[in-house]
Amino acid sequence: MNLRLSTAPHVHHPVTTQRLMLFVIIALLPAAAAGVYAFGLPALLVLCISMASAVLSEFLWQKIARKPVRINDFSALVTGLILGLNLPATAPWWLAMIGSAFAVIIVKQLFGGLGDNFLNPAMAARAVLLASWPVHMTNYVAPTFFDSSIDAVATATPLVKPGTQLMDLFLGNIPGTIGEVSKAAILIGFLFLLITKTIQWQIPVVMVGSVALFSWMFGADPLAAILSGGVLFGAVFMATDYVTNPMTPWGQAIYAFGIGLIVSLIRQFGAYPEGVTYGILLMNIATPLIDRFLPRKIYGHQKEAKKA
Amino acid sequence: MNEIVNILLFMVSCILTNNFIFSRFLGCCPFLGVSNKVGTSVSMGLAVTFVMTIASFFCYMIYHWLLVPLGITFMNTIAFILVIAALVQFVEMFLKKSSPTLYSALGIYLPLITTNCAVLGVATLNVNSGYNMLYSVLNGTFSALGFTLAIVLMAGVRERLENADIPACMKGFPITLVSAGLMAVAFMGFSGLV
Amino acid sequence: MSEKKSMGKVLFNGIITENPTFRLVLGACPTLAVTTSAINGLGMGAAATFVLICSNFVISLLRNFIPDRVRIPAFIVVICTFVTMVQLLMQAFIPSLYDALGIFIPLIVVNCIILARAEAFASKNTPVSSAVDGLGMGIGFTLALMLMGSIRELIGNGSVFGVNILGASYQPMLLIVLASGGFLTFGLMLGLFNLIVKKLETKKKHEEEQAA
Repeated sequence: MNLRLSTAPHVHHPVTTQRLMLFVIIALLPAAAAGVYAFGLPALLVLCISMASAVLSEFLWQKIARKPVRINDFSALVTGLILGLNLPATAPWWLAMIGSAFAVIIVKQLFGGLGDNFLNPAMAARAVLLASWPVHMTNYVAPTFFDSSIDAVATATPLVKPGTQLMDLFLGNIPGTIGEVSKAAILIGFLFLLITKTIQWQIPVVMVGSVALFSWMFGADPLAAILSGGVLFGAVFMATDYVTNPMTPWGQAIYAFGIGLIVSLIRQFGAYPEGVTYGILLMNIATPLIDRFLPRKIYGHQKEAKKA
Repeated sequence: MNEIVNILLFMVSCILTNNFIFSRFLGCCPFLGVSNKVGTSVSMGLAVTFVMTIASFFCYMIYHWLLVPLGITFMNTIAFILVIAALVQFVEMFLKKSSPTLYSALGIYLPLITTNCAVLGVATLNVNSGYNMLYSVLNGTFSALGFTLAIVLMAGVRERLENADIPACMKGFPITLVSAGLMAVAFMGFSGLV
Repeated sequence: MSEKKSMGKVLFNGIITENPTFRLVLGACPTLAVTTSAINGLGMGAAATFVLICSNFVISLLRNFIPDRVRIPAFIVVICTFVTMVQLLMQAFIPSLYDALGIFIPLIVVNCIILARAEAFASKNTPVSSAVDGLGMGIGFTLALMLMGSIRELIGNGSVFGVNILGASYQPMLLIVLASGGFLTFGLMLGLFNLIVKKLETKKKHEEEQAA
């Protein structure tokens, strides 16, 4: 999450960025805690490695490229944490490390750093990892809750299986990535972000609504569709990335609606069991076009000609 | 009814799943070269769509009604490229006469299209895959629309990157290629859709 | 262009100074598509080199007979003839490589490098130096493809030219041999190449300044 609007003027305001990032980290803590509670120490290890790798990559890049070092704006830390929460608890250490380094260096810094990236770094890195090491990325286990009598059971898909109770989905008693299991924890984070005005409600709500609508149209249970997989986590923490979503309210609505449509399409008809990552990435790609073709009010300005 | 569903699925697969740029690497030169402005990339996409559609149609006829009866199918590359070059010439002349506005919008791209490997590629693919005439033409049109989608999305991203603080050695082609790579990763989400 | 260039310089020009892949970024499609392994890159490069040498030579021979107005179609016909020859030869003698390269063999016809060399060099120079130019450009193209193929095969499969290098415990990064990996590898290599060229230039400049 890079919390800087990309419109001119590009004023660097580290204090504000730092504050916003800190709020995002606080909002992510309940989900992280729930994930560690569900999957045990391996989950904590994955989170620590991915955060450390993200911060270190940012530091090294800024040193080598002779740029001012800005790791204290916490944006790399947020990227690392979000990526870690998007990995299964069984992820090997090098997977988290490579993923975070890729997110920070290739998806963010090569494009000019904070605010210039056109994709959400954590999401792009997750898609890259999923394409590169599909086995490691989908090696989900059922939660053990620190109970040594339960063996870690490998399961095929994080999505809802017949017989799963909605309450299990809500509380996190399901296999999945570290951050997405407990919907209750995600909602606590969402409320915190709303109260602190870090994000607005529109994108998450429209996206979740659109997932429900299209799941229903494609013949699935809308409530289960929302509560399973990464929909809520993606809607609250990844789709709301300031840098990579449109600037106008209507643009944001189209963006969020599009994510929901793509997620439902991929879940229902595609080869991948889950489509949140791809939905967000594809709409990130469409964002510049959405911004370009939607009229926006510019104070003290007549409407600009659209011609290139 | 079944046939209609099949055709619809085929269209979706041409545009998204087997996107010419992101999964087949056809038409990369214009994709990298003419994608810096949204307006021009739209024109380029439309010109390619136009040419690819009629090229698919004529190449199908030439191949099945001329090369196959004469037993000289190994000459297909040379026949196709001549058909395409001639078609582009005719289209250019026709547009110049009939629709000067369209000509002024697409004109400069037309000569480039002769050497766009997407056009020769689609003609060759049609033959290799054994498509009938309907599917050949559909393949031409919708693969070209997939190309258009890719180049317009790319142009949007590149316009956005214009003021980005990209490292000097990555400016231009390198960052465009990296962007294309990341976009291709996102398009992988569509795999298996059809 | 009519002054006599030494053959060595013409050859070197194609390999380094105007390397078609890394300096001019021509022929991006085959570069991206066939470099999933070192051997594919080598095969594609060899096929293109053959076409380049032959078409440059023939076009240069014909350069005074082809009317200027129809020169592009004429060039394409010459190129296409040699491409069809390569295609048939490969199909007959190395069918496995032919299958691996697939549609990109006939597409050598529309490879910008070949037409660009015909237009920029062969139509203005003697047959022998045109053939040497074709050889240089071909080697430059082949080296670039082979390098990229080796890197992608190493990361995506742990081997180079089919020989396992990184051992059995290496977990190959599959993405690199997929479509998106082609774009990423090419982009990053190009960036690195630019960086090295720039470093060398500034170094040279420094030395010149110090000498002066």
